[in-house]
Amino acid sequence: MTAAAPEPKANMGTPVPRYDAAAKVTGRATYAADMPLDNPAYAFLVTSAIAKGRIDRFDLDDARRVRGVIEIVTHENAPKLKESKLFSNGGYAGTTIQPLKSVEIAHDGQIIAVIVAESYEAAREAANRVKVSCTVSAPSATFDSPGATTAAAKGQNAQFKEDPKVGDFAKAFEEAEVKLTAAYDTPAQHHNPMELFTTSCAWMGDNLVIYEGSQYVYGLKNGVAEQLGIDADKVRVVNPYVGGGFGSRGSMTPRTAIIAAIAKRLNRPIKLVPTRDQGFTITTYRAETRHEIRLGASRDGRLVALRHAGFEVSSRPDAYCVGGTKTTTRLYACPNVDSLVSIVRADRNTPGFMRSPPEVPYLFALESALDELAVKLDMDPIELRRINDATNEPIDGKPYTSRSLMACFDEAAKAFGWSQRSPQPKSMSDGDWLIGYGCAATCYPTQMAPCAARVRLQRDGRTRVEIAGHEIGTGAYTIIAQTAAERLGVPLEKVAVFIGDSDLPPAPVAGGSNSTASTCSAVMMVCDQIRQRLLKAVMPSDSLADKAKETVGISPAPSTQAAKSDRPLDIEKAFDALGVGIVEEYGEWKPDGAPMDSFTAMHRGQPRFVGGHQMKDKIAYAFGAEFVEVRINRFTHEIRCPRLVGAFAAGRIMNSRTARSQLMGGLIWGMSSALLEATEIDERYARYVNDNLADYLVPVNADVPGVEVIMLSEQDDHINPAGAKGLGELGNVGTNAAICNAIYHATGQRIRRLPVRLENIEV
Amino acid sequence: MRPFSYQRATDPDMAVQALGAAAAANNPVTKALVQPLAGGTTLIDLMKLDVMRPAAIVDINPLARGWSAIEPKSDGLRLGALAKMSDVAAHAEIERNYPVIADSLKLAASAQLRNMATLGGNVMQRTRCSYFRDVSYENCNKRSPGSGCAAMDGVNRMHAVLGVSDQCIATYPGDFAQALIALDAMAEITGKAGTRSMPFAQLHKAPGSTPDIETTLQPGELISAFSIQGRWPRSVYLKARDRQSYEFALSSAAVALDVQDGAIRDARVALGGVATVPWRAREAEALLKGQEFDEALARRAADAAFAEAKGRRHNSFKIALGKRVVARALQQAVTMEI
Ligand SMILES: Cc1cc2nc3c(=O)[nH]c(=O)nc-3n(C[C@H](O)[C@H](O)[C@H](O)COP(=O)(O)OP(=O)(O)OC[C@H]3O[C@@H](n4cnc5c(N)ncnc54)[C@H](O)[C@@H]3O)c2cc1C
Ligand code: SF4
Repeated sequence: MTAAAPEPKANMGTPVPRYDAAAKVTGRATYAADMPLDNPAYAFLVTSAIAKGRIDRFDLDDARRVRGVIEIVTHENAPKLKESKLFSNGGYAGTTIQPLKSVEIAHDGQIIAVIVAESYEAAREAANRVKVSCTVSAPSATFDSPGATTAAAKGQNAQFKEDPKVGDFAKAFEEAEVKLTAAYDTPAQHHNPMELFTTSCAWMGDNLVIYEGSQYVYGLKNGVAEQLGIDADKVRVVNPYVGGGFGSRGSMTPRTAIIAAIAKRLNRPIKLVPTRDQGFTITTYRAETRHEIRLGASRDGRLVALRHAGFEVSSRPDAYCVGGTKTTTRLYACPNVDSLVSIVRADRNTPGFMRSPPEVPYLFALESALDELAVKLDMDPIELRRINDATNEPIDGKPYTSRSLMACFDEAAKAFGWSQRSPQPKSMSDGDWLIGYGCAATCYPTQMAPCAARVRLQRDGRTRVEIAGHEIGTGAYTIIAQTAAERLGVPLEKVAVFIGDSDLPPAPVAGGSNSTASTCSAVMMVCDQIRQRLLKAVMPSDSLADKAKETVGISPAPSTQAAKSDRPLDIEKAFDALGVGIVEEYGEWKPDGAPMDSFTAMHRGQPRFVGGHQMKDKIAYAFGAEFVEVRINRFTHEIRCPRLVGAFAAGRIMNSRTARSQLMGGLIWGMSSALLEATEIDERYARYVNDNLADYLVPVNADVPGVEVIMLSEQDDHINPAGAKGLGELGNVGTNAAICNAIYHATGQRIRRLPVRLENIEV
Repeated sequence: MRPFSYQRATDPDMAVQALGAAAAANNPVTKALVQPLAGGTTLIDLMKLDVMRPAAIVDINPLARGWSAIEPKSDGLRLGALAKMSDVAAHAEIERNYPVIADSLKLAASAQLRNMATLGGNVMQRTRCSYFRDVSYENCNKRSPGSGCAAMDGVNRMHAVLGVSDQCIATYPGDFAQALIALDAMAEITGKAGTRSMPFAQLHKAPGSTPDIETTLQPGELISAFSIQGRWPRSVYLKARDRQSYEFALSSAAVALDVQDGAIRDARVALGGVATVPWRAREAEALLKGQEFDEALARRAADAAFAEAKGRRHNSFKIALGKRVVARALQQAVTMEI
């Protein structure tokens, strides 16, 4: 075992190497834009240089003269497409701003023309030669911009149902012995996955194949079919590998249906490769947020009052909302809670999911405020959390299915050396560097959604698993293969996994960290169906009923032991008894409490999530604790983060290697969201300025010399058959607060606005 | 990118001729229809962005045989313009006798870029001003003279506080040029009339009313080498930046001192990340010369270096930062073991 492949503890799967490792490191893994097309034409986008206004006129003469140009599509000649509703209103789209429909421009970088040419180079050159005249209106860029409007999220966004509250906050706050009121800000950020937002479309007769990096092949297939007005079964989305998603590929963007329709018109496959900067405006992003936190506590540190008001920017037509108060109002035991989320509309592209959408900005506020409260109380911040640890969430009083928050704090504190910290700010240094230690909690809801799978077993143990899941870099292939191998009792090498194809049985969107729980639960169930057929062939019928109960169950989860049964199943004998060459099963799994229409919705590309605080009688979250050391140079004020230590508990860890990798990436991203990442907005024009990877800063290796991930053993039998909580979005929550808490410790200066840059440090 | 023709120059005459062919009508050199290609890490980038639109490029890499030598001598140093940043940075004698040069290169860009990029191309790299690099912004005086300056009241955190004009506040982004200017380097220029030598300090031009004219180089001219008199073992390059590697300076200082018996006999101070051109802080040098070093002196020198600085909305912090960087670099140079 190595650091990259930690020794599994109880309830952890073995760290088998990635199923797709060799393909990826040798460049054989084919991403969407690598898919061979027969005689393709190449598309290049022209995007608007203004955020608000109207197109008066195109001058396309120059562009048309470029050799190899086939077609220039603008609003004047664009194919007509049907509208798709926002995903949160029952549609598929990440934005309802439909480009090429009219002369209206609703945001910076909106698609205003598509050039199609015989080569990428010709298309791009022609795009450079397009001249467009516009009538420009003054746009509203962000918070406080003239013309931006603010209204409560409730009532605007179907997915934001309630502002959680309980008790009497106003009175309790008024009477609290110790009070804190503080405001926090987080910036706009963009996912910037390595794979660009490419799309290739090829028609064969009435059937369309789309190659596009997607986190939801069923959603995309159904959404594009809706926009084109064709039967969804005629559309197939294929992407065996996705070069990072982070939420940016969860819902449909307008580009796909446009390219599909143009390919149809030209009767030719089309490949679109947008540029990095176009990616900033043709997809979603994390919008900037503001928070006001009020905390009231007794002198001994018990929280008596908590209020969290959040403000989020969205576009004019769409009320996208992350609404993190659902988490921050439930994280600690506090009898009087109030909250309010508001949406501020500006002339921007519609924001969307970005890795841990609600928790990253909202926990920054809460976990920073808790640290400030600890200072006021002259209390160790870990102790403050211990005092307010909860077994039941305060809003509805439901018990946590499992909660290892304080165990994580204790393990991480030990590994980090928290006891070496002298609590006084500005009390630790090393040469030119002031040193600060800080910590914060992380948590992420455990979510599941209906999922189907098909498994085929042959007499020699060869197994094929088919599921329209997504390999977004997390290790989906690997753990699906592991699950099937373990469940069927066949060697791992004999399992082949097929995912990333909407012709396979539907899986939910790879978002909300639900994939492992959903896909593995479905694969387990279908493997059990196979086992039953085999068992039936070799076992007397009377003992079969018991066996079925033992192997197929939803709650409590059947343990691996039970699945394997006391008597190993002799596959060859069972096949001979059955007299068949192949045993194949298809099955549809849904989590406890999923709604009636779960399976039909699943096929329509609409996930019905169960989990987090929305479970009946219980609440399920994964937890962790993160510790950071920051160093601040006395002279340059440069801020560096030499050590990140996180301890996490997330139910069953399917593979300690892939899980560690997710959590490590999370910690690094968390650091990045505190110190580096921010999309700069030119408020005069409501335009993004640093829309490239040289100016939009993400960490390089030298920024993260020490990252330590500790995984705690945790068993939770109340969530899903796999017993797994999602952890893909756990690692990057809270890190931003831990960093600011450490900066306070290093300098005595409290910074409440991200990202923290050297000019914000005053020492 | 737009179509362009490509030609390899196998000897300097051929290069100069190819470059000069369409030169006459085209001034400044950055807008010349024919551009030399060295490592390409600036040129190709700007061509893809449609900022530079040469009709032809002349690949000068075949000249490397004659133009990439690293030649330390007893009384100085000569560096070929086609030497790679990485080779110069890792050269033992340069590390020993010119740490300011070695460090200015080591702390620049990334390993991959340093392996591609040449010294000549490095000093000719162009500003990173986001508005300059994005042609969808109409107002950029450097790109289109007379169109205005989007950065002046825009996102200008990375922009310059020294040498600015009301036409342009773009920062000269490189690191190595600060070391050159501090050490009074000479640039060897090869053109139609042969090779001439000029002080490196005369290469770059502050924006003034013509921000589109960045250097005194004429179309058809190439930098063939840099040379430096003497040795400067007591020298440092200090660079403050947002991340630990692969990032341009928010503020940097190239400092070289000659300290004898506790007194500063000669002092060289140049500033990066804060000025529109490689910036020599002569006022600071004047204060330092002949003095004994202490912290107060370092602070006075730093103040003098930024006496004329003008901050704007997002970059005013660079004035205080720049002063601390200069003071710290001086301190490091004084106390370094040589
Ligand atoms: C992401 C990124 C980060 C970077 N970070 C840094 C940094 O931190 N510090 C830093 O200093 N630099 C940095 N750079 C810039 C990099 O160092 C320069 O791009 C490189 O040095 C240019 O050298 P080149 O040989 O590739 O030049 P080219 O791109 O080939 O040429 C640059 C320009 O100079 C002209 N030219 C080339 N050679 C000559 C010559 N001999 N005579 C006359 N004209 C010539 C070309 O025509 C062109 O206009 C960074 C670049 C990138 C892309
Ligand atoms: S600072 Fe200079 S380069 Fe930048 S926009 Fe203004 S004129 Fe253009």
